[in-house]
Amino acid sequence: MITVNGLSKSFLVAKRSSGLRHALKALFHREYTVVKALNDISFTIEPGEIVGYIGPNGAGKSTTIKVMSGILVPDSGTCSIMGFTPWKDRVPYVKKIGVVFGQRSQLWWDVPVMDSFNLLRDIYNVPEAEYRRNLDLLVETLELSEIVKTPVRQLSLGQRMRCEIAASLLHSPSILFLDEPTIGLDAVSKIAVRQFIKTINKEKGVTIILTTHDMNDIEALAQRIILIGNGRLLYDGNLNELRSQFGSQKIVTVDYRKNSKPLNLPGASLISWSPERAILKVDAEQVMISDLLTQLSSQVELLDVSIEAQPIEDIIVQMYKEYQIS
Amino acid sequence: MKAYFSVFKLRLYNGLQYRAAAFAGVATQFFWGFIIIMVFEAFYSQTLVNPPISLPQLISYVWLQQSFLAFVMLWFRDNELFQLITTGNIAYELCRPSEIYDFWYAKLLAQRLASAMLRSFPILVVAFLLPYPYRISLPPDLSTLFIFMATLIIGLLILVSISMLIYISVFITMSPVGSLLIFGVAGEFFAGMVIPIPLMPSWLQNIVKLLPFHLTADFPFRVYSGHIPKDEALTGILIQIIWLVMLVILGKFAMKKALRRVVVQGG
Repeated sequence: MITVNGLSKSFLVAKRSSGLRHALKALFHREYTVVKALNDISFTIEPGEIVGYIGPNGAGKSTTIKVMSGILVPDSGTCSIMGFTPWKDRVPYVKKIGVVFGQRSQLWWDVPVMDSFNLLRDIYNVPEAEYRRNLDLLVETLELSEIVKTPVRQLSLGQRMRCEIAASLLHSPSILFLDEPTIGLDAVSKIAVRQFIKTINKEKGVTIILTTHDMNDIEALAQRIILIGNGRLLYDGNLNELRSQFGSQKIVTVDYRKNSKPLNLPGASLISWSPERAILKVDAEQVMISDLLTQLSSQVELLDVSIEAQPIEDIIVQMYKEYQIS
Repeated sequence: MKAYFSVFKLRLYNGLQYRAAAFAGVATQFFWGFIIIMVFEAFYSQTLVNPPISLPQLISYVWLQQSFLAFVMLWFRDNELFQLITTGNIAYELCRPSEIYDFWYAKLLAQRLASAMLRSFPILVVAFLLPYPYRISLPPDLSTLFIFMATLIIGLLILVSISMLIYISVFITMSPVGSLLIFGVAGEFFAGMVIPIPLMPSWLQNIVKLLPFHLTADFPFRVYSGHIPKDEALTGILIQIIWLVMLVILGKFAMKKALRRVVVQGG
């Protein structure tokens, strides 16, 4: 469905140091640096997939989304989505996709949400019956019935984001690009948005490409992740594989009866220690958890133990470090 | 087509909300209209030669200027479009299945129409009721009125296509100030908004005729008062249409160029 091959894009960024002297100098001579936002990116995505597109700030995530949605023209490389080249066949192509930019708004600020929806219906030329059907579904699942009559400027961020997502699905697109759809949302709204994304993927078979910094989004939604940094593709694959590759680390928290003697546990590194509680990091491939517990119970009187996998966030940080992109 | 009409409609409704601004605008336009007419009246009372345009014709010219300000002023702008470009919200406009040029044309046209609807009628109605010599006179006959309306509408279309060039220039300059100032000041002057074109020296009039600006204001207003005879007005309409086509082609070409190298600002 989506084939991206050798995509590259660079930007010219004007640079100058602060201060009057440099400001004056820049009047006559500008210094630019070339920033390679995308450097030879290739991947393919099958219909019906949910792909999490991750990377640190400035990695090139949004640039990729913008190239794939026909907004930016890349310097080189090819991209074929449903048979279209986005930047060449922009008008017929964008009819079939939906895009949400979490930091921007596509709704008209001063008029009720419904007016924006109706405008989009006309822009995309959606048949009335289909529009009604989509609208009813969206209003119901995103719980919009109370807010579609309100002017956008009076909505909260969470309410607005739900409307933004609805707005990009009115024309039944087969691909949905979500660029940080959960940015700035509270826990309840985040869960609602995730749930909704899952639903439309399952029920309507919409292919979803999503960028985010919230690893919980990825864990809840995406089986596959694509990691990029400094414009390069670093990892493309299954989330669980990634976890097993990097995530053999476990965090063990133990509570015990007061004991001032420091613990002596080979193979485990101590993250924090107090006379009543210790937090340990263990590589489960090197130390058996059961051995560790045996050792622990011989040294202290255990009250409570919890073992957690290393949070996915840490894995990502570890990967960023490994690839030296942080 | 439905899309462009729809955005036009929404923009029009949106524009009709600003009643207080329209009221203030009407008051300002009256103030200006009176001052300008008084100045010309003083000049005309002292004149020794036969003026190139009669005082009643000039007064109609001034009132039409004031009431159709939204149709003829280049500084009249849509800040939303500038913001789209400078903040990067253009991203959303670009993922719509419509040509940006046509889409923006519809928006700009609607904005000017909405503003004119709120302002021009009150001004015109009052200008017809004013005592002599301030009263606006009727066009000499009905067919002149129709020709005037045609020239005014084509003039508006020309103006929107000129203003589109300002918006396109912001893709490159990232700030509307410079283009607005240059287009605003030069365009206003060459459209006869500062000094009516018949009162300009003939060498300047020759320059004016080479530019499209006078077709948006001076030309329709002089058609109204009969200062431009009907047959000449009809050739004028032909020139208007040629300019309109050229400007739209130029604008579309420039827009295409600009979009190929567009940078979405702000990540």
